[in-house]
Amino acid sequence: MQERNVVIMNKRDNVATVIRDLAEGETLVAESIMDVKTLQPIPFGHKVALRDIEEGEEVIKYGESIGVAFAFIRAGEHVHIHNTEGRRGRGDQQGGRVL
Amino acid sequence: MKELLGYWRPDGQVGIRNHLVIMSSVVCANRAAELIAAAIPGAVPITHQHGCAHIGADMEMVFRTLEGTGKNPNVGAVLVVGLGCEVIDAADLAHRIAVSGKPVDYVSIQKSGGTARTVEEGTKKATKMAEWLGQARREPFGWEHLILGTECGGSDTTSGIAANPVTGGVADRVVNLGGTVILSETPEIIGAEHIMARRAATPELGQKFLELIQQVETRYLRMGVNFRGGNPSPGNIRGGLTTLEEKSLGAIHKAGTGSIQELLNYAERPSKKGLVVMDTPGHDVESLTGMAAGSSQVSIFTTGRGTPTGHPICPIIKVTGNPQTWERMGEDIDINASTIILGRETLADVEERLFRYLVEVINGRLARAEVMGHREFGITRLSMSL
Repeated sequence: MQERNVVIMNKRDNVATVIRDLAEGETLVAESIMDVKTLQPIPFGHKVALRDIEEGEEVIKYGESIGVAFAFIRAGEHVHIHNTEGRRGRGDQQGGRVL
Repeated sequence: MKELLGYWRPDGQVGIRNHLVIMSSVVCANRAAELIAAAIPGAVPITHQHGCAHIGADMEMVFRTLEGTGKNPNVGAVLVVGLGCEVIDAADLAHRIAVSGKPVDYVSIQKSGGTARTVEEGTKKATKMAEWLGQARREPFGWEHLILGTECGGSDTTSGIAANPVTGGVADRVVNLGGTVILSETPEIIGAEHIMARRAATPELGQKFLELIQQVETRYLRMGVNFRGGNPSPGNIRGGLTTLEEKSLGAIHKAGTGSIQELLNYAERPSKKGLVVMDTPGHDVESLTGMAAGSSQVSIFTTGRGTPTGHPICPIIKVTGNPQTWERMGEDIDINASTIILGRETLADVEERLFRYLVEVINGRLARAEVMGHREFGITRLSMSL
């Protein structure tokens, strides 16, 4: 049995948090071994996509939206600021949510 | 369960520390306050950069913070040190703190005639207070007198997975025992407010809560920039937190699952028991300062990246869920919750350890930040100085 290397907070989530530095090509293990391999090294504490996430699709953690993918994210890819942006506190966007 | 022991104050509040505070009413009196505190073993200086050239609600908030800090039951006696021409007048501040019934006095630099004479006069007054405080003894008290602050800072993704849920478990226990828990850091609720609003004691309170979050978000949006970079901070991002929403959804776990009983202004004292929300910035020191000014005696502070922060009069208990941070910064951190991620302990195991430790700290055990002498103090502002 391989040791757990990711934590999934909610069954709706499309990302998991890695709990040790992962190299490229490692198989994700949560409660069970998953059919997803890392496509690149992912540092401790960062997120990995559990399935393909379309551009414009919500990124889900804790069963809630933590933002939106602004690029296509493949299963096993690193999910962070290079492909995901928040929708709140966006004073840089005219016509933002609250203004 | 082990009973709680603390210092009963004349106003019915109970302190878990017995500090003599030397407080400047204005930045110009900081040096004199520091010199007086240095002359008396155990005295704690509280200095800041405010006290003058502010008006209206901004001035009132600074005043309320200083007054509330003096009234905090962890403080046994206060000497206020002023200059003489400031907005927050030393005599006025001293009188407002003295309503609590504890010994309070003041000195003023212009009245005493300079720094040296102020220090001499102030030291004499404070020495008498120290002698009086030395006679105080701890006596039993109930959880209904405890106000626990919660805080997260230098967060990373382990905060939401381990340290915050553990702290939330302890927060729920404190609420169930009849105590009060404060959730603060309003900007770090943005993105999770729909979950918290459902937990408001009444629909009206839930609506007010949503309005508060919207007001706060709007206030910052006027800056015209993305929050990201400020919140989540560069360190949060290096720790794997991608958006403000992700940070908030992890952050709210630290206050447990109780229903929200009350919304408080910065530095306002709760009037209800149970879980309450205080409107503070996410800035750790300003948030802790606000909760302490609202009479919280102790806070639990979760950290992923590691932070040494303390408070002049309140023990701050640090919890980390990050194994590397525990390894590297253990001297500044009280509780190792990284065992959860490593699969060596359950959330319930660490919650039990944290709860027992909280009781020990309440009863006098020094938290790591106290051992290291940390006493960060920072008052938030609504406006710029005149």
